[in-house]
Amino acid sequence: MATFQYFPHTPEDVRKMLDRVGAKSLDDLYCDVPQDLVHKEEYDLPDAMSEQEVRDFFESLDSKNQKLTVFVGQGSYDHYSPAVIPFITSRSEFLTAYTPYQAEISQGTLRYIFEYQSMICSLTGLDVSNASMYDGPTAAAEAVRMSLACTKKKTRVLVSSTLLKNVLETVETYSKFYGLQLDYLPADNGTTSYAALSEELAKGGVAGVLVPSVNRYGIVEDLGSFAEPIHAAGAMFIEYCDPSALAVVRTPGELGADIAVGDGQSLGIPMCFGGPYVGFMACRKDHVRKLPGRIVGQTVDADGRRVFCLTLQAREQHIRREKATSNICSNESLMALYTTVYLSLMGPEGMKEVNDRSYAAAHYLYEQLLSTGKFEKVFDKPFLKEFVLKPLVDAENLMIKLADGGFFAALPTEEGYVSFCATERRTKAQIDALVALVKEA
Amino acid sequence: MSKINEGFFYSEDHEWVKVEGNVAVIGISDYAQHELGDITYADLPEEGDEFSANDEFGALESVKASSELLCPVSGKVVEVNAELEDAPEKINDDAYEAWVIKVEMSDPSEVESLMDAAAYKEYIEK
Amino acid sequence: MKYYDKLIFELSKEGRTGFSLGKNEWTETSDSLPSALRRSEPAVLPQVSEVDVVRHYTNLSQMNFGVDTGFYPLGSCTMKYNPKINEEIASMKGFQGLHPLQPASTVQGALEVYSGIEKALSAITGMSRFTFNPCAGAHGELTGLMIMRQHHLLRGDLKRTKVIVPDSAHGTNPASAAVCGLQVVVVKSNADGLVDVSDLKPLLSDEIAGIMMTNPNTLGLFEKEIKEIASLVHGCGGLLYYDGANMNPLIGVARPGDMGFDIMHLNLHKSFSTPHGGGGPGSGPVGVCEKLANCLPAPVVAPEEDGSLAQAFGKDACGRVSGFMGNFGVILRAYSYILMLGRQNLGFVGRYSVLAANYIKESLKEWYKLPIASVCKHEFVFDGLVNDGAVKDAEGNVVKEGATTLDVAKRLLDYGFHAPTIYFPMLFHQSIMIEPTESESVETLDAFIETMKVIAQEAAQDPDILKGAPHCTPISRPDETTAARNPLLKWQDSVC
Repeated sequence: MATFQYFPHTPEDVRKMLDRVGAKSLDDLYCDVPQDLVHKEEYDLPDAMSEQEVRDFFESLDSKNQKLTVFVGQGSYDHYSPAVIPFITSRSEFLTAYTPYQAEISQGTLRYIFEYQSMICSLTGLDVSNASMYDGPTAAAEAVRMSLACTKKKTRVLVSSTLLKNVLETVETYSKFYGLQLDYLPADNGTTSYAALSEELAKGGVAGVLVPSVNRYGIVEDLGSFAEPIHAAGAMFIEYCDPSALAVVRTPGELGADIAVGDGQSLGIPMCFGGPYVGFMACRKDHVRKLPGRIVGQTVDADGRRVFCLTLQAREQHIRREKATSNICSNESLMALYTTVYLSLMGPEGMKEVNDRSYAAAHYLYEQLLSTGKFEKVFDKPFLKEFVLKPLVDAENLMIKLADGGFFAALPTEEGYVSFCATERRTKAQIDALVALVKEA
Repeated sequence: MSKINEGFFYSEDHEWVKVEGNVAVIGISDYAQHELGDITYADLPEEGDEFSANDEFGALESVKASSELLCPVSGKVVEVNAELEDAPEKINDDAYEAWVIKVEMSDPSEVESLMDAAAYKEYIEK
Repeated sequence: MKYYDKLIFELSKEGRTGFSLGKNEWTETSDSLPSALRRSEPAVLPQVSEVDVVRHYTNLSQMNFGVDTGFYPLGSCTMKYNPKINEEIASMKGFQGLHPLQPASTVQGALEVYSGIEKALSAITGMSRFTFNPCAGAHGELTGLMIMRQHHLLRGDLKRTKVIVPDSAHGTNPASAAVCGLQVVVVKSNADGLVDVSDLKPLLSDEIAGIMMTNPNTLGLFEKEIKEIASLVHGCGGLLYYDGANMNPLIGVARPGDMGFDIMHLNLHKSFSTPHGGGGPGSGPVGVCEKLANCLPAPVVAPEEDGSLAQAFGKDACGRVSGFMGNFGVILRAYSYILMLGRQNLGFVGRYSVLAANYIKESLKEWYKLPIASVCKHEFVFDGLVNDGAVKDAEGNVVKEGATTLDVAKRLLDYGFHAPTIYFPMLFHQSIMIEPTESESVETLDAFIETMKVIAQEAAQDPDILKGAPHCTPISRPDETTAARNPLLKWQDSVC
């Protein structure tokens, strides 16, 4: 009989329970499993570790990673994260709860999701938000499918080639298996080609158009003229956004977009080697019945008090099975809490300041890098915190050399550029140190 | 005990049909509304949509369930009960008063394959 | 638990902030962006101090019930204890500060986490390779089905567009199939609650991509004929998918790989002790047998010639299914749990969970209808109360409604327990699906059993006691009908 801290069973307890069940041994409980399927050899696993051994193990793994000062974005951004966030999100009542099916003992979760939905609507300028998706790329893939459900008898979706690489690839995978046709809108000098949009829309059959707000080159796209032709063609306008940037850039609501998606990582979530993050998805209220995922709504309880519950569940997989708007079940609830606490702490002023400082730092970095003579300008278009340059030295070597010097910067892209990013966390001294290293390259 | 209207025809999927000339008025039975519970949303087709018999023409949602609406006869939708968009609960109030759509039948003989009130009574009691 | 009524927006006061960014070294601002690119009005966000935020969310948390609060017998959700060492490991600053696109040479430790847990899960499940890119169970199902289809497509077998799903399956199974572009064919359960092999046989053809099965199934029953099913499905050229939501009872006992399954997912947030976080983040790694390894989504972690690890993008991969390599923070927690268990404790996970489920089942079967009496695995299903307290007149018409499964669930909340899963599986009208897990002591199980008996007695005496429940929670039953008829989905709408 094992003595182990996660198992409260004493030998007498086990005996008592077996007696009640009418079994002689624990193995008797598996009498319905064909005996040749019971695994009889020892499992090929390490010996059980103590807590201290587990700590030591992970510390030794951690020592094999290099802590770098991050000057790259591409879907994961090194923004400041206030101390309050992990303090709140690690509270057991939030952390160890399940999906809030029993509203009477889940008002904490339900309320923060309602707040989260409200903040996402505020940032995007759209009417409704769901309770979260896995991450930005999967949210984009779901939005593409949703555009098909919202429009009748259409079979294809247009996607901009200026979307982040991992967004494009995820959308491609989902679309390939779902059986919808993707057609690409090429880049025209770094932004989505408007001419190509008109051309493709004219061919007909378009259910949706997916374009980025801030694109893979860091450029803030001017999408002011997109909504009209897209809607005239009976299609849905889907915008992929950086929610942090939405505090200052034109919103999907203002641009006439129907659906907005993106990754909430930039709202206070640690980079953590790629996850967990949180996808967000908002839309106009006409389309709420086609929105995938969970949604929290306000109502009253039997005593007339304002309370919150999961609502519009008839869209979901546990009720509608193969006819559901999506298969999503667990989402990223706790990460939605991260972003909600972050946005509460930052407020409108903090969000503006984060963007202002990121803008200033990135533009300083841009000028300094160009002055080294190691790069050429690629695009002359407005950017916020991220940009690309054309390297005049070997890109891969440059990245490795900078990494040796303690920086993650100059990520090579498939177009032959290198990508940089500077958030409000980057100081002038860090930028100057990076630029000094680049000069030596 | 569910109400069953005499003179109406019924499908196995619990839609009812009232024949008015070559137009079929279509709704769901009292039994079906009771099974579904408080209806919260009606997803309705548009005028001019055409359906074959047994095609899905819409759906009704309650808090914990969703039910597809299957067209008992073939034809073109000539009228939709727009009242249900804002007040789907009217189906709960009186399932035979709250019709859902009116269809101009392309083959009125299809009605013959539906159940009459007596046959439907037997069907739901089975 | 007490009722607290505020929303963070309602604490807002102009001029308050809860952040500190330090001295501003810059003069330029984002106002330099062309005005056509800038939003016209600032976003409506709360203006609150740090103290406001901490008190508000602390108050909210106190209206919540988690595994750390008490017993959470939610069927098919495996609400086991979430060890605290896992949290400590996942919050290590070094891991949290890694950018996902850093050069491989700078993240060898992180990549070793992937290769290490992959090896452990392969040993536990009998599969050969794993991807960790899916972020939840349903995401794993979808990824698994993509792998299944990719395998057929690579062989030029384009006809296989259907997938068989049992009628007792989790709702995500048919939904994932639909999202993957597969047509669902339902196979019925027999009277014993198992897949009906005679119903399965005529469904098999060269159009079948595969079958999705949960074993033990959602009734908590082991699919005894799994080997015959595997041979039938393989015989028609199809593949077997294992829904790992119910893997807990088999941990340390039996392996899906040995049963003939080709693809499976695990829910690290169920069987491997990572917290559910109020509905995520989870992690849904997908394991495959050797012949499907080439179809795993990109990127995968693979060794280079010099023995170092790197992210690889194979040409046969089914594609990318998420932004980076899944929920690394969750993977760290699960790995920590596996290392704590080690081979010495692994074998008790499944056995104790099955013991607990059978103990409750045997203790309550006189009070609650037990439609299938055979030995269960980690969970089982009751079909409502034996005596629901309904009153009938002489002709047998109900004059007073009895207590339902919903009423039992709500009454349990009054006694300090989370409710079981209710109205699932849909094979029965009054399903109560109970899964206790290996974390619970016999005292906790006894207390739950006694409470369930008390509730059954209350129902028999006066069902209204249950119908008015819960009485002792921060709120009473919400009006879900109004919520769905007139959706109020954000604070801005509720104040207009």
